[in-house]
Amino acid sequence: MTATIETVTGAANTMVLNMGPQHPSTHGVLRVVLELNGEIVVKARPVIGYLHTGIEKNMESKTYSQALTMTDRIDYLAPLSNNLCYCLAVEKILGLEIPKRAQYIRVLLTELTRIASHLVWVGTHAIDLGAMSVFLYTFREREEIMKIFEYVSGQRMMTSYFRIGGIALEPPPNWLDRVRRVIDALPGHIDEYEDLLTNNRIWLGRTKGVGIISAEDAIAMGASGPMLRGSGVAYDIRKAFPYSSYDEFDFKIQTQTAGDCFARYQVRVAEIRESIKIVRQAIEKIPAEGPIKAVAPGIVAPSREEMKASIEGLIYHFKIFTEGFAPPPGEVYQAIESPRGELGFFVASDGSSHPYRVKVRAPSFINLQTLPKLCEGRLIADVVACIGTTDIVLGEVDR
Amino acid sequence: MHQLRAWDAQSVAEVIEFRGETTIVVPREHLLRAAAFLAIDPSLHFSFLSDISTLDRFPLEPRFEVNYHLLSLDRNERVRLKVRLGGSDPIVHSVTSIWPTANWHERENFDLMGIRFEGHPELSRILMPDDWEGHPQRKDYPVEGYR
Repeated sequence: MTATIETVTGAANTMVLNMGPQHPSTHGVLRVVLELNGEIVVKARPVIGYLHTGIEKNMESKTYSQALTMTDRIDYLAPLSNNLCYCLAVEKILGLEIPKRAQYIRVLLTELTRIASHLVWVGTHAIDLGAMSVFLYTFREREEIMKIFEYVSGQRMMTSYFRIGGIALEPPPNWLDRVRRVIDALPGHIDEYEDLLTNNRIWLGRTKGVGIISAEDAIAMGASGPMLRGSGVAYDIRKAFPYSSYDEFDFKIQTQTAGDCFARYQVRVAEIRESIKIVRQAIEKIPAEGPIKAVAPGIVAPSREEMKASIEGLIYHFKIFTEGFAPPPGEVYQAIESPRGELGFFVASDGSSHPYRVKVRAPSFINLQTLPKLCEGRLIADVVACIGTTDIVLGEVDR
Repeated sequence: MHQLRAWDAQSVAEVIEFRGETTIVVPREHLLRAAAFLAIDPSLHFSFLSDISTLDRFPLEPRFEVNYHLLSLDRNERVRLKVRLGGSDPIVHSVTSIWPTANWHERENFDLMGIRFEGHPELSRILMPDDWEGHPQRKDYPVEGYR
């Protein structure tokens, strides 16, 4: 975060324009200091930190289970992806094996998260560029997915539904029917959005050829997720390093070669369709019954009945909720494909019940770094398109 | 790891294997050369820098451990480079010349941990205000801040 707004190039014919942190198209509290020559952006400098809440520092003062609730708040549009990545990282240190049923439920819910997050993106990106109605439609569908989350976990957004060693509670009966109903209606709705946008001349004019980044530049700048796939790099962590049984699901990596805003729009819309496919497969795969938590006394909290009926259960319950559990000392880095790209958790344990250090590799933070490359030399109106296309969540950028 | 050792044995101080992850500890003065070798060598090609994170081992010495998480996109392989730095001079060479993405990573590590990266184009605070005192992520910095 820096307060100065001087010209960087020092040229006489340029002026500095401060965009944000209170600007509707910056999706939160992003500030971009633009140096302009007329309407042309000479230099763009993203200034971040307005939403820094010290989540990583805070997690160090909590037990492993308590720190989980902080992860929801990092990327508030995809809380379950963050839950999953943190859980996988801690489970990796512990060497825990998760029951298949829990793994499939995790896949299903994270894919629903991806759909919900991409729906928000399509809607807000469209409203940024002047297509108001798409926003209203995508939020209607997103609401249906939020209702599923509420039905399953009791919470719409900050679910904390995935726990270390499995998932929090048995999903309610008939929940898969509700998921199926929402998923069956979605492809038609996505066709509607595409009718409104894909061949819309204004939309094409605002996104085609705007914010181009080449594959080499995208890799060098560390861009990931749709930012990378929109530039023609077929890289997806779900395929490269399958986690949570993703290798058992059939889906394709969606890529486009143009590397512009329109290509990334196409990638994200295609990813929604792929996610629907994965959710359908997961519905078929999830067994009706079976354990949802790993067998790990002292790490996974015992069920209510067990806690009331057996002395071991009572002792473990007490110990887990008073002092937590202590993984062996060591460091792991776990990455997953979040809706925004490579989400990584670096968790270091010193053998105590509190994480020694948690570092989040936030995809938004790194993708935002490409912003100057996307919009320098272009019109100021394109800055809005370029900010939108990086799909940033400021909670994740600043942590 | 073997390739790095074969190329320059001095650049590998220690190798740690934990939960299937390889960590190569590199002496500070060899970091830039070793990183360039890992990034450019065609059989390794760690072209993607995922993350830079710092561990503070306060009050132990060497106090800081800077971790570089590298990824090879074509071989689907990850490796972690680790550099140990003393508490009195936490200075290490910047890797922005190899991976431009390191720019913000290093700024973040400078801001929150106080690691100084030599040769960084613009080493300034990124998350905290410019006039902030101290580096909040350090272990000797209280969670509730100084009052």
